[in-house]
Amino acid sequence: MQTDIKLEVRNISKSFPGVKALDHISFKVRRGTTHVLCGENGAGKSTLMKIINGIYKPDEGEILLDGQPVKIDNPIHARSLGISMIFQELSFVPEMTVAENIFLGRWPMDRFRRVDKAEMFRQTQALMEREGLHYSPYEQLKNLSVSDIQMLEIIKAVSNNPRIIIMDEPTSAITDKEIEKLFDMIRMLKERGACVIYISHKMDEIFRIADDITVLRDGTMVDSRPASELDVDETIALMVGRRMENKYPWEDVPKGDVLLDVKHFSSAGVFNDINFHIRAGEIVGFAGLMGAGRTEVVRALFGLDPSDGGEVFIKGRKKQRLTVQGNIADGLVMLSEDRRRYGLVPIRSVLENVSLANLKKFIYKGRLHRREERDAVAEQCRRMNVKTSSLETTVEALSGGNQQKVVLAKWMEVDPDVLLMDEPTRGIDVGAKFEIYKLMIALARKGKALLMVSSELPELLGMCDRIYVLCQGRITGELSREQFSAEQIMHYAIGTDKA
Amino acid sequence: MQLGQGRANLWETLKSKYAIFLVLVVLFIICSLLNSNFLTWRNLTNISRQISVTTILAFGETILIISGLLDLSSGAVMAFSGTLSVMCYKAMGDTYVSMIVAILVAIAIAVFCNALNALMVTTFRAPAFIVTLAMQAMARGAALFLTAGQNVYQIGNYTVLGQGSIWIIPIPILFMIFFFLITRYILSDTRLGRSLYAIGGNEAAANASGIAVNKVKTMAYLVNGVMVGMAAVLFMSRVNAGLPNGAIGYETEALTTAIIGGTSFTGGIGTAGGTIVGAFIIGFLNNIMNLTSVNSYIQQIIKGAIIALAVMYDIYAKNQRTRKKMGNIEDKAKK
Repeated sequence: MQTDIKLEVRNISKSFPGVKALDHISFKVRRGTTHVLCGENGAGKSTLMKIINGIYKPDEGEILLDGQPVKIDNPIHARSLGISMIFQELSFVPEMTVAENIFLGRWPMDRFRRVDKAEMFRQTQALMEREGLHYSPYEQLKNLSVSDIQMLEIIKAVSNNPRIIIMDEPTSAITDKEIEKLFDMIRMLKERGACVIYISHKMDEIFRIADDITVLRDGTMVDSRPASELDVDETIALMVGRRMENKYPWEDVPKGDVLLDVKHFSSAGVFNDINFHIRAGEIVGFAGLMGAGRTEVVRALFGLDPSDGGEVFIKGRKKQRLTVQGNIADGLVMLSEDRRRYGLVPIRSVLENVSLANLKKFIYKGRLHRREERDAVAEQCRRMNVKTSSLETTVEALSGGNQQKVVLAKWMEVDPDVLLMDEPTRGIDVGAKFEIYKLMIALARKGKALLMVSSELPELLGMCDRIYVLCQGRITGELSREQFSAEQIMHYAIGTDKA
Repeated sequence: MQLGQGRANLWETLKSKYAIFLVLVVLFIICSLLNSNFLTWRNLTNISRQISVTTILAFGETILIISGLLDLSSGAVMAFSGTLSVMCYKAMGDTYVSMIVAILVAIAIAVFCNALNALMVTTFRAPAFIVTLAMQAMARGAALFLTAGQNVYQIGNYTVLGQGSIWIIPIPILFMIFFFLITRYILSDTRLGRSLYAIGGNEAAANASGIAVNKVKTMAYLVNGVMVGMAAVLFMSRVNAGLPNGAIGYETEALTTAIIGGTSFTGGIGTAGGTIVGAFIIGFLNNIMNLTSVNSYIQQIIKGAIIALAVMYDIYAKNQRTRKKMGNIEDKAKK
């Protein structure tokens, strides 16, 4: 039976203990289209996709493939039905080679039931060439960058030749160039008559590729319409349930002394001769493409990675050695781009996470004053608007935006003067993003110096007083707010220097 | 921040936090019903005394496992520090002073061995598993070398520590209680304790939050050393001799105790209370199996099965938490 509708979700509900994650969701995916699913974190997008992929079973409702109801038992069953999913979290074996990972679980066998390595590498090589990827099939995954791995994951999913392919925020870790490649791939898939279900926060992307848009909010379906009938503001309004007035709450805060001054900062083979400064009350941006060395500079400054040259002055005092503890004591802190790895202890409580960096504040004669700690943390969480059922809740149970607020709350306890914020709004929803912007402004007003590293140019243009652009481990340009232009930044970022 | 939704999860919390305690209570009742000799003062103090040495070791292991480490050398280090302590006591004569010196010697030796463990784990980033396995071999070898493989007998009043009582409470039990309180204090009321949980939960984040990871790990081993040293004294004193071949497999018993008490092998989770409950669960089980004359080989099978169950439960509980995370429970609960 041939219909125009490839996949239909009808009245799907799913509850977890105490919570209704999905409440009677229905939508239809047309053959050969890209269907974008958007909504804030916790809106139920991922849960819905996991139901389609057979990881979860719905409590009620049904899924129709080509008009026929199907019961999807597990991801393997889903794959046999032609449904393939690219996960937000990467699922690879770091010690294995590219080829072994591509064929993970379905390695070609020779007649003695041994893995046919030659065949596997040959096929991978062919696939790499066809998709225009430059790395060797023999490379171990651990040697590849996050964006390379993400591309691999995408290619792997596509190589199964699926009829429906689900992409859960596939662009959160890849470069602009690769995004173009991904979009080409999506177009190609559509031409083959496959459907793409695309989950994303990024408005510019959504409107470039979407044929239809379904918006979820709090586990309910708010709207499902052709993309041509929607625009960015309206979509955001549907997502958050209210119109976002000010996307960026930037204001002109009076600037003070230079709080962080970095001169000729270098690390062999990583970045070279980095010079920049931040004044009190200033928000400075680091722009650049992925791999330009922005994160590396920030990590080295914070003392997480080694550096081998240059001078760093914090509040005018020269630092002899860069160590995490020394920096925290001097009032310089870093918010990592990878908050789950470097920001949080996921299995411990909100309370313990927030007080972690400044426990000594609550220690009297070697004893931790838990009452005082609790009060301080509760106050900090209230100020940060952390949404949690209690301070004992483990951080892993919180949504991305709330986790980021917990990390921020932790650093606020230290009361720092300089904040290095690496991708502070990555993977968090629109509402929480706005809260973080407001917080940044509030900190600037208090005379703090802020550095924001971001891959989202609109965010940098919207929030910063000055932007430095990095390219291949060097600062290739500096722009003040009056000079801001996305084109100019791109030129600096790709090193074509048309100043 | 919004509080108040906590009520709904109260039962969940109770279940996860005190499940192990409920197991102990149920076991206690069953044991009391199974055999009339179980619920007597004598039998219960006996059980407590029997578990005291491994429980003290288990507190050390708890501290280590929480921070993502472990100690496989504690049995061997007990033999080494214990025999040396006994030899020291014999050489100095039967006095109180020599008793105190003997205790200090045992603790010093055990702390030294653990300092070496810590050095290898921190400076050379070697896995704790391998490092302490190596220490196990070295300490055992050292104990045997020192004594030429012979047990040291006639240890005089040294036996008081392991066999005597203060009022009606056996001394080893007092030490067990003492170390329980110390462990609980460290874990819940000190910066060290918080740092241990953070390192075991996510070492990279702990480091990036300004915690001196190596210092904390070293402290964990040193505290463990003190406990191993004291356990050694109590053990040698109880068996009336310095046994260079003694305490074999005690590290496994201690690990088992900690794991059954809810300490997560993957780090970041565990409490002193859980460990002592775990110790009594094992103690009761051993005792009731003896009282009802279960074949000792069968006893081993049962003990092994219990370890397997405890570990499976740990993983099950972790999966439950992960599933909740995927469902974004807390984010929804706010509505």
